[in-house]
Amino acid sequence: MSALDLARWQFGITTVYHFLFVPLTIGTSMLVAIMQTMWVRTGDEKWLKATKFFGKLFLINFAMGVVTGIVQEFQFGMAWSDYSRFVGDIFGAPLAVEALASFFLESTFLGLWIFGWDRLPKKLHLATIWAAAIGTMLSAYFILAANSFMQHPVAYKFNPETNRVELQNFAELLFQNTAYTTFAHVITSAFLVSGVMLVGVSLLVMTTGRSVGAMKKSLTVGLIATVIAGVAVIFTGDVQAKIMVQQQPMKMAAAEALYETTESAPFSLITIGSLDGSEAYWSLEIPGLTSFMATGYWSGPESTVKGINDLQTEYEQTFGPGEYAPYVPLIFWAFRAMIGLGVLGVLYAVYVAWRTRKGNIPSGRWMKRTAAVALLFPLMGISSGWIFTEMGRQPWIVYGLMKTEAGVSPTLTAGQAWITIVIFTLLYGGLAVITVGLMIRQVKIGPPETVELVDAEDTNNGQPLTFSY
Amino acid sequence: MSLEMLQNVWIVLIAVLWIGYFVLEGFDFGVGILLPVVAKNEAERRTVLTTLGPVWDGNEVWLLTAGGAMFAAFPEWYATLFSGFYLALFLILVALIVRGVSFEFRSKRSNPTWRKRWDLAIVISSFLPALLWGVAFANIVAGVPMEPNPAGGSLFTGNLFTLLNPYGLLGGLVTLTLFVTHGAIFLALKTEGEIRVRANKIAGQVGLVAAVLAVLFGVWTQLAHSNNTIVSVVFLTVAVVSWVGALAANRLGREGWAFIASAITMLGVVAFLFACLFPNVMPSSTIAEATLTIRNASSTEYTLTVMTWVAVILTPVVLVYQSWTYWVFRKRLSPSQIPNPEHGALDLPHEVNA
Repeated sequence: MSALDLARWQFGITTVYHFLFVPLTIGTSMLVAIMQTMWVRTGDEKWLKATKFFGKLFLINFAMGVVTGIVQEFQFGMAWSDYSRFVGDIFGAPLAVEALASFFLESTFLGLWIFGWDRLPKKLHLATIWAAAIGTMLSAYFILAANSFMQHPVAYKFNPETNRVELQNFAELLFQNTAYTTFAHVITSAFLVSGVMLVGVSLLVMTTGRSVGAMKKSLTVGLIATVIAGVAVIFTGDVQAKIMVQQQPMKMAAAEALYETTESAPFSLITIGSLDGSEAYWSLEIPGLTSFMATGYWSGPESTVKGINDLQTEYEQTFGPGEYAPYVPLIFWAFRAMIGLGVLGVLYAVYVAWRTRKGNIPSGRWMKRTAAVALLFPLMGISSGWIFTEMGRQPWIVYGLMKTEAGVSPTLTAGQAWITIVIFTLLYGGLAVITVGLMIRQVKIGPPETVELVDAEDTNNGQPLTFSY
Repeated sequence: MSLEMLQNVWIVLIAVLWIGYFVLEGFDFGVGILLPVVAKNEAERRTVLTTLGPVWDGNEVWLLTAGGAMFAAFPEWYATLFSGFYLALFLILVALIVRGVSFEFRSKRSNPTWRKRWDLAIVISSFLPALLWGVAFANIVAGVPMEPNPAGGSLFTGNLFTLLNPYGLLGGLVTLTLFVTHGAIFLALKTEGEIRVRANKIAGQVGLVAAVLAVLFGVWTQLAHSNNTIVSVVFLTVAVVSWVGALAANRLGREGWAFIASAITMLGVVAFLFACLFPNVMPSSTIAEATLTIRNASSTEYTLTVMTWVAVILTPVVLVYQSWTYWVFRKRLSPSQIPNPEHGALDLPHEVNA
């Protein structure tokens, strides 16, 4: 493999891995903040137990998110230096603001939250988890605004003298429609991931018969989050799809493997076709749905969706000869995995809501096994969504401005890339085993039987700590 | 402000971010390296780690912000440096990954093997970046082989071993010993009992080694690589004088003063290196035209202006709440405050009974 291929694989592996922890961090920090708020407001200890229990799960996850996140900021320069110099004037700014405005906020206030249970007054301590949760949201916004420039470059001017793009308007960069619609879709998806995680984990603990009261609380929070997020994900995804069709028509064409420009284009649920996706042997279709997702019209001339072949011709006219379609089978299936796994997550939550109605506590091996698997559905769905978005943009690293092959570091050798990709993969694999192991332990142990609270005044006088490393 | 003025402002701001990083994560590294030396039992080890608990993650953000600021303000520098020092930075990344999870995970289980392995991981993953940051900065100041990049800007033409030259390694030993001393002073300030005594002693011993290495490195750098003789001499003097002060205060058991003084030394060291470089950010040791300066590596006037506003508004806010964290956790810790130190928070019931 060439250094370019290896750099792409490395970016893919490290980013997908990092993003397993990100949506859980975003969603769970706020759901934990909500549960702690309920405890502070009602004084009901069940809320506190649920807060502490999910707080611990959240922190295992957060630690992994933090350490894998550092790689993200460094590898733009390390493996993609020509990309970094080309876009630095524009792309660097939201990244720097992200660090200054949100990384400091999340990490500092989480430190206060973790170690501050017995050091801060109740309400101030509650404020620290909210500050951290808001930090994660801000962080998501800035990085998605940066990513949106790669999807849909705005507010720039190309300077042929330096061979770089230059920022013209920071507000336009931050608040272009690609940025805020992507943010809305990613954030709602993150809440779907966390909502279903809360449902699944609460159920896993409940089936053992322990801490049922506390777990009923978290289950309710999880179910409400899932239902609201589930609806919002569909709505925001619809808005985002329509913008995507205008900005990156090739991505939508690839999502449906639509080679010919078509009126009333159908959406195929399952297709058996040739390997490159150019020919379908058998397909189960919903008529007009792709047109509706892309244009808002089921049929008629307005429902026309451009096909890959026509788009390829258009791009060749604009950008010269080359291959302008992404790898279609991957995009086709990633798009379906994203939607399908998300829907499965919501359906699972509905099923759990039904089984736990009127205070029922479901039990049995089947219930446990489905919970352990189902809580992963939206997480895999959101990963598929990113693979779809990023791979669907290929061959571009910055859409219409720079091809991926032009962005790689000229100094990167295949040998160096092999060393780092192998070590990253081994390290990440090992850490995954350890992290999942610890999370399973936490679920097995369940929420604390009793919760001791120390007065903030006392600890500073040499009392035992309630939490230490 | 003019473009030139903005470029000057941003090289100063980036120096400030690196100062923040050296001052704060510098002691994190030192504490990590010293873990097996200053702590002799579980309660002590957990006390040592808990001194870092609430702050290490916020400290590391100084690095992320410095990196982000270099990307935004001097993209050519960021691109050339990060791609050029590829394997060195990769080693630092691996170390930072391992270190972060080690802190979080090591006391989750009571299993002694589990804990021993994480302790080893903490030592190695603190040692490696403490050494490599010095190697990296020394090489930047001395200049590295570079050539013009066909796409614009410059490219580093060496490899990992180019960086491991005597001067670079001396720079690495300087940051390593400075950070170890700084960490020991921090521990002496934050703990009570045996740990405090041991840390105090180590700070005195390693501090002397650091002083010898740092003076050697400082004089070498000053004579061979300084672009601004007077300014760099001033910062070098600040670093040396405050280091003498830090060691004296440490000797007298005045840990607060010792810590402030050693923090000023970190400031002096970073400012000295940046003063030697200015207006270069990455001098080429081979092809002179490939040298990156704050003039040819920077972003545009517009981007720098926007970023200046962001920095002016947000930096004071960050400083306020981060200082508040240190205030909240200002009390010394003693091993007696770690309840049941052998216990792991994620021990399964049968492991607790065993």
